[in-house]
Amino acid sequence: MTPLDYTLAELKQQLSARTLSATELTDAVFARIAATDGTVQAFLTLNEEQARAEARRYDDKYIQGEGLGALAGIPAGIKDNIITEGLRTTCASRFLDNFVPVHDAFVSRKLKEAGVITAGKLNMDEFAMGGSNENSAYQVTRNPWDVERVPGGSSGGSAAAVAAGQVPFSLGSDTGGSIRQPASYCGIVGLKPTYGLVSRFGLVAFASSLDQIGPLTRTVEDSAHVLQAIAGHDTMDSTSANVEIPDYAAALQGDVRGLRIGVPKEYMGEGVDPKVKQAVLDALKTFESLGATWEEVSLPHTEYAVAAYYLLASSEASSNLSRFDGVRYGVRAENPDNLIDLYFKSRSEGFGSEVKRRIMLGTYALSSGYYDAYYLKAQKVRTLIKQDFDQAFQKYDLLIGPTAPTTAFKIGEQINNPLQMYMNDILTIPVSLAGVPAISVPCGMADGLPVGLQIIGKPFDESAVLRAAHLFEQATEHHKLRPQL
Amino acid sequence: MSINLHDVEHVAKLARLLLTDEEKERYTDQLNAILKYADKLNELNTDDVQPTTHVLPIRNVMREDEVRPSLDREHVMKNAPEEEDGQFRVPAVLE
Amino acid sequence: MPTFETVIGLEVHVELHTNSKIFCGCSTSFGAPPNTHTCPICLGHPGVLPVLNKQAVEYAMKAAMALNCEIADISKFDRKNYFYPDSPKAYQISQYDQPIGRNGWIDIEVDGKTKRITIDRLHLEEDAGKLTHMEGGFGSLVDFNRVGTPLVEIVSNPDIRSAQEAEAYMQKLRAIMQYCDVSDVKMEEGSLRCDVNISLRPVGQEEYGTKTELKNMNSFRGVVRGTEYEVERQTDVLEDGGTIVQETRRWDESQGRTLSMRSKEEAHDYRYFPDPDLVTLYIDEEWKERVRATIPELPDARKARYASEFGLSSYDADVLTSSKKLADLLEESLNYTKDAKAVANWIMGDLLGYLNQNSKEIDDVLLNGQNLGEMIGLIEKGTISNKIAKTVFKEMLESGKAPQVIVEEKGLVQISDEGAIRGIVEQIVAANPQSVEDYRAGKERAIGFLVGQVMRETKGKANPTLVNELLVDVLKQA
Repeated sequence: MTPLDYTLAELKQQLSARTLSATELTDAVFARIAATDGTVQAFLTLNEEQARAEARRYDDKYIQGEGLGALAGIPAGIKDNIITEGLRTTCASRFLDNFVPVHDAFVSRKLKEAGVITAGKLNMDEFAMGGSNENSAYQVTRNPWDVERVPGGSSGGSAAAVAAGQVPFSLGSDTGGSIRQPASYCGIVGLKPTYGLVSRFGLVAFASSLDQIGPLTRTVEDSAHVLQAIAGHDTMDSTSANVEIPDYAAALQGDVRGLRIGVPKEYMGEGVDPKVKQAVLDALKTFESLGATWEEVSLPHTEYAVAAYYLLASSEASSNLSRFDGVRYGVRAENPDNLIDLYFKSRSEGFGSEVKRRIMLGTYALSSGYYDAYYLKAQKVRTLIKQDFDQAFQKYDLLIGPTAPTTAFKIGEQINNPLQMYMNDILTIPVSLAGVPAISVPCGMADGLPVGLQIIGKPFDESAVLRAAHLFEQATEHHKLRPQL
Repeated sequence: MSINLHDVEHVAKLARLLLTDEEKERYTDQLNAILKYADKLNELNTDDVQPTTHVLPIRNVMREDEVRPSLDREHVMKNAPEEEDGQFRVPAVLE
Repeated sequence: MPTFETVIGLEVHVELHTNSKIFCGCSTSFGAPPNTHTCPICLGHPGVLPVLNKQAVEYAMKAAMALNCEIADISKFDRKNYFYPDSPKAYQISQYDQPIGRNGWIDIEVDGKTKRITIDRLHLEEDAGKLTHMEGGFGSLVDFNRVGTPLVEIVSNPDIRSAQEAEAYMQKLRAIMQYCDVSDVKMEEGSLRCDVNISLRPVGQEEYGTKTELKNMNSFRGVVRGTEYEVERQTDVLEDGGTIVQETRRWDESQGRTLSMRSKEEAHDYRYFPDPDLVTLYIDEEWKERVRATIPELPDARKARYASEFGLSSYDADVLTSSKKLADLLEESLNYTKDAKAVANWIMGDLLGYLNQNSKEIDDVLLNGQNLGEMIGLIEKGTISNKIAKTVFKEMLESGKAPQVIVEEKGLVQISDEGAIRGIVEQIVAANPQSVEDYRAGKERAIGFLVGQVMRETKGKANPTLVNELLVDVLKQA
């Protein structure tokens, strides 16, 4: 066992007992990154010097027995669309190649308050647009289970770094599945909280009405600990919910006896790999053996979710990304003829093709004459999709299905077919549109690649989601598997 | 509905994107495929459905009118591509 | 050749004088060094989010109520997307289809007639930054201090028919905003500015002609002259059988004409959509009533009261209530004198005359109501003459000193001592035999000359009534 095999609770306990120092742990993290990141390519920016200094500071604090945060001295990676003061934040875009934020995101500050050491910034699809990390302007992160395959995305760097044992945990963001899908592909735990539970202040916006930050971890218990650190009301985010935050680790206790599970039949239909489906059915048997019951349920508007999502998310993105104009920050095109030329050149040189495609789609959907047909229509369909979930949750405590229809695909396999790429998110997108919480936990292997189980809960009922996921994890061995690197 | 090359050019202009001819054609094809897929939404009658802008029933979020410290100008200008006299410099607006 | 009717609609922007910006905590104060009132939020850095300033909402509600608008029960914010360097997010947060206020009106008075101008809507939005063009076309410099200052945009219906009505409308709006205390409404600082939409149509025709828009008018004089010019220009075009091009124009004060601002860009498509970073506003009756209770007596109500209570003419009452500061000065003065007409005359004559001559604003002078009221008291008591009072008044404007102090310091007390004046009168009569002769020959005018000589001798301090009486008396005896 190396320090990197421990859970967060174990790490905290060892640090407190001083059988492990933050410096040793941080050294182990950077040694592991040095050994594996040439292959995995998860990190865009390392914060090594600063991290080691922080580690020494925490070691002093542990010696002095000062009041320390819940995760004091534990390093983590942060997705590169989350602002970190003084640490380059690129969103994996050429446009922000030189951007150094002058303040922290809410979650960056919360992690610091909890004592977390930032190891570095993690690769992603540019501006979180994509499901494979192939849309990064810098590098394609590899799936640690098979380096010929994608880690998923957009939080692919965040998932791969945790799966490769480079960091104990990471933060990602999820707009239509960007935490859950890479967690599924990389065989780790990824939680998308209820929209509004974690502040978006300092998360570079892709689609504001959908974006949520969440943890990527090796265990469900770790997920609970990280969520505890980052959840909570923020007066700087008007869409932040002012709800009481429960003790998520304590919520893991208990059982699932009598729990009513709905399995959306649309999530088990055509297009879902039979091996994925089998892994989910096996997982349902495990839940039965734990005392839960399940039956099929219908979320009838599922098939419309992807279309509604791409219209809404792209529309919001087209406006959110307008601020990247080369005036106040970012990379400005050289020698523009005039102002208009500056805009055109800076944006065309700064953005990659998927980002441009979505800006085009969103601009079109909002433009005069098309707004009602596309944007407004999609908002209405979103209402229907949310109603599907509201109705299902009147009868069921949780909904369970696969996280993604398949396991990780090969690099380059889908790059020329955006629509096919979008279909990888068909099971995560409806959840994002409804704004409800969902977790992906490993539930088996198919042809040597991990399969993820998606557990979906009622709004702000992360406790129930985490508890069910934890009990499933404890009853199975899937999470103990490690990729060979 | 479908989108043609002219629409793509118009939209690119609105979005301040400079596209090569190859890109224009590729985006025309790809956007058409996506929009065709989106036509699926028309199968649903949504006449009596309210649009969802926010999934949460949060309302009236406001702050008190209190002045908070601004950024010092060094930080304001830290990421500026071009600065002059504490201001952001841009090329002339073409009239 | 048909005669044309002018049709004008105004879009007026009023900066609300909150302490902090509409979506962040930066100060809104005017005149700070460039970019020192900015933060990541108003600079539109990646990842930042807006949080609405409650005071801005309440000022907007108050303004809308004062303009007789219906206040929305549900209001929301939308993004107006356009690229320009003064707009850091490349969208302005504004209100599209659910503004705070709708369907208002105000009454204006032109040539003694009252006319009602209806208002389509009042909405809340954020101001843009300031772009300074460098000489020689080397580019522009951007200062974001002003960006995010809360604004209300007040859109009138096309009810206005002349430049004079447009000016009267602007004056009335300014007065109402001032009374409500929601804005500094200083055109020279840009806290009040407007766009004027102008079109012509043949008299009797229902439908509107093609309009042009005069952008960013920032003085009353500009509104009047620019509108007059544009009406003339359009008339000429139409009379020559031409057609009006729908376009944006700007008023060039130095050239005295309007110029086309047509750029080579495509037509705007603002792609409005609800801002997902902000939540819906629900304005319940209780909130509305709470805001309504803060609205003070407005110009029209004061005007009516000045006519009935103080017996002022409609014209005087209109001038005095056109500025809250003048009206407040009047009312403060009346705590120290009962003579409202005298106060009105001093304000409208000497005060406005002084401000006009010296191109000053009322804030630039040190006059207060107590001093004005007490000065009028001194006239009533005969301590100073009306003529002396003019000297005292000017001194009060410039030094802010109390009238008694000025009178004492400068030895301006009126001479009402009959003995002292009689001596001077006798001297003057003795020194001017010709005038005495003229007087006796029935030339009444001659007495005026002799009064003037006495006043000159006493440096204007002799009580004029007494001088007259004594002169007549002495002349009779001589």
